[in-house]
Amino acid sequence: MKAIVDKKKCTVCGVCSDACPMGAITVGETHVDISDDCTLCGICVDTCEFGALSLPQVGTGPEEDLGLYSGVWVWAEWRDGSVHRVSHELLSAGRMLADKRSAPLCAVLLGSGLKENLSRELITFGADVVYVVDRPELARFTDEAYANVLVELIRTRKPEILLAGATSTGRSFIPRVAASLRTGLTADCTELDISEDGHLLQTRPAFGGNVMATIICPNRRPQMATVRPRVMKPLVIAGHEGRIENVSVPDECLKSRVEVLEVIPEQDQTARLTEAEVIISGGRGLRKAENFALLQELAGLVGGAVGASRGAVEEGWICPSHQVGQTGRTVAPSLYMAVGIAGAIQHVVGMQGSKFIVAVNKDPQAPIFDVAGCGVVADLFEFLPAFIRKIRQERGETS
Amino acid sequence: MHIAVCIKQVPDTRNVRIDPDTHTLVRQGVESIINPFDLFAVEAALRIKDDTDAKVTALTMGPPQAEEALRETLSRGVDEAVLLSDRAFAGSDTWATSTTLAAAVRKLADVDLVICGKQAVDGDTAQVGPEMATLLDIPYATLVRSIEWTSGGDLKVTRQTDEGIEIWKLPLPSLITVLKEVGEPRMPSLRHKMRAKKAQIPVWGAADLGLSPDSVGLCGSYTQVVRVFSPPRRSDRVFIEGSVEEQAEALYRYLKEAKVPGI
Repeated sequence: MKAIVDKKKCTVCGVCSDACPMGAITVGETHVDISDDCTLCGICVDTCEFGALSLPQVGTGPEEDLGLYSGVWVWAEWRDGSVHRVSHELLSAGRMLADKRSAPLCAVLLGSGLKENLSRELITFGADVVYVVDRPELARFTDEAYANVLVELIRTRKPEILLAGATSTGRSFIPRVAASLRTGLTADCTELDISEDGHLLQTRPAFGGNVMATIICPNRRPQMATVRPRVMKPLVIAGHEGRIENVSVPDECLKSRVEVLEVIPEQDQTARLTEAEVIISGGRGLRKAENFALLQELAGLVGGAVGASRGAVEEGWICPSHQVGQTGRTVAPSLYMAVGIAGAIQHVVGMQGSKFIVAVNKDPQAPIFDVAGCGVVADLFEFLPAFIRKIRQERGETS
Repeated sequence: MHIAVCIKQVPDTRNVRIDPDTHTLVRQGVESIINPFDLFAVEAALRIKDDTDAKVTALTMGPPQAEEALRETLSRGVDEAVLLSDRAFAGSDTWATSTTLAAAVRKLADVDLVICGKQAVDGDTAQVGPEMATLLDIPYATLVRSIEWTSGGDLKVTRQTDEGIEIWKLPLPSLITVLKEVGEPRMPSLRHKMRAKKAQIPVWGAADLGLSPDSVGLCGSYTQVVRVFSPPRRSDRVFIEGSVEEQAEALYRYLKEAKVPGI
C-alpha cells in the first residue's frame, strides 16, 4: 500500500519528490511514481499544492452510527483528595470543544470516598455534568478496574470525545479504554481543536519534538486523546452551574487480576518533577554530588523541584528519579533552568515543552542555548550564589 | 517459561533534522537503532532467563531491514526472533500495530510474559503495550522499574509513577512495559554474535498471522495523520550579559516580568 497519485491533477512539479523522507517518489514524464518504499507518512500530501496526492483511507471498524455519539468528556484525575491540575486544564479545553459542538461537557470521577467538593470544583471549571462512580474497589488505581468502568460509562452514554491527562496513570489505562472500544487514541497532545465536520484535530509532537503532526480519528467514536499537562490554560467559570450524577456500574467491571500490594508516595518533594512549576536542573557542569546542594537551595527558595541530566545521574551525583530527558521524565514546567547542562538532544526532548527555559553555562557554544529563551553565559559557581542572594535580598531575607 | 520481547527499529533521533526549505523530516542517511527502551526490555527478559532458564523470543514489526535489529537482540543472548513484515502493515497506527503484535504472540502459543519498552522514542505514545495486553486479554503493568517473583510464581513488579512507587502482583500470562531501572543492557557476546549471524529469522506476513489485509496497516488503523509541520521556533532568545551580579539582577527582572511562579 502506498500514497495515491491523481494523474489528472499532477503537474510533475517535483515538490513532493524533494519532500519525501523515504525517497519513494520519482518524477516521471507525465506524473510522479511512488515506489514500495512509501511508508504512508503523509508528508507529500501536505506539500502538493494541486491536491494530487492522497493516502488510502483508514479503517472503519465495526459498523456503527457515529451520529449517536455526542458530548465531550474529561476523565477527572485526583490525588490526595484534590483534583489534579491537568483535569482543570482539560475542562477548559473541553469547554471550548463542547461549545463549538453545542454539546455538554462532562467530567468523570472514579474513586472511593470521593467528597462532594471535588465534583463542585469540576463544575466551577466548566463541567455541566459530573459522573461519579464511588466504589471501594476504585480506592487504588488499577488499569483493569478503571478502564472497565470508563468503558461501561462510554458504552451506555456515548460521548463524541474523551480527553484524559497524559500523566503516568492516564497514559497507562486510557489505551485499554480505547482498545476495548475499538477506537483510535492519540497520545500526549499539545493542541486540540475541532473541525466543522466534527473531527477532533489532535496535534502532538513527534520524532522527539522535531515535527508536529495533526491527527484525526475519522470513522470511530469516541475520539480519544491524552493531553500533556501544563499546556492548556485552566479557567474558572464564575457562577457556572452543573449537576452531579452518581452512577452505579455492574460488579464485574470492578474486577482486577492485578493486586496492588503497596503504594509509596515519593517523599522527596524535589523529585516530584511532573507536578513542579519550576525545575532547577543540573548536569555534568556541577562537577560533584555536593554541588547539587546549590540547586536544592535555589529550588527550595522558589518552591521548585530539582532535575538532572543523564550525565549527572550516571556520575551518581543524584538519584535517577530526578532525570529529565529521553530515558527519564518529560517535563513542561513554567520555568526550566538548565544549569551546567550541555543540551544533548536526548535531554532537550524531555524539557523543550517548558514555558520559560533559562540556560546557565560557561560555554557560549553549548547547544542548550539553542532551546533557551534566556541565556546566561557564566560560571555557575559564581552565578548561582549571586542569583540566590538576589532573590533573598528582594524578599528582605539575609542569607 | 517463554518470554516475548517486542522491539522497534527507530531513526536515531540524534540525527533527525528538518529540511529548512521544505520543513520536512530528513530521514535519508539517518541510521536506525533499536529503540533505547526496548533494549531495557531485552535486558529484563535476559535477566529472567539468567535465573530461570526461560526462552526469550524477540518480535518486531517493520520493513525487511528491521531484521538487523532482531539479529542484534540475538547477539545479546535472545534465543529466537521473528520478523513481522508485509507491505500490508505499512501506515499502522498504534491500534493496527497492537493487532499485528498480539496476533504474533498468539501464534507463538505458549508465551507467559510479554515485555515491551516504556515507549518508542520516535512516536512516544506508550500505547502499544497496553493495547496489546487488552487484545490478548491479559493483565499488564506499565512503567516497571524492577521485577521479582512471589513464592507462588506470580510476578511482583515495582512501578514508577508520577507520584511515587507502587508494588503490584500480576498472575501470568501478563505484559509489562519497562524503564531503564530494570538494568543496563548487556553487550553482545562473541558466542551469541556467531549464532546471530547464522540464525534463520522467520518472516510472518498478515496471512501467516491469520489477519485480513483490511485489519492491519493503514486500512486497519483508526487514526490518520492529516498534517505534518515544523514546530514554531523560539526567535525571542535573549542573552544576559555583564558581571555575575548584573546577570543575577537581570535574570531576576526577566523572570519577575514573565510572572514565573515562585520568583
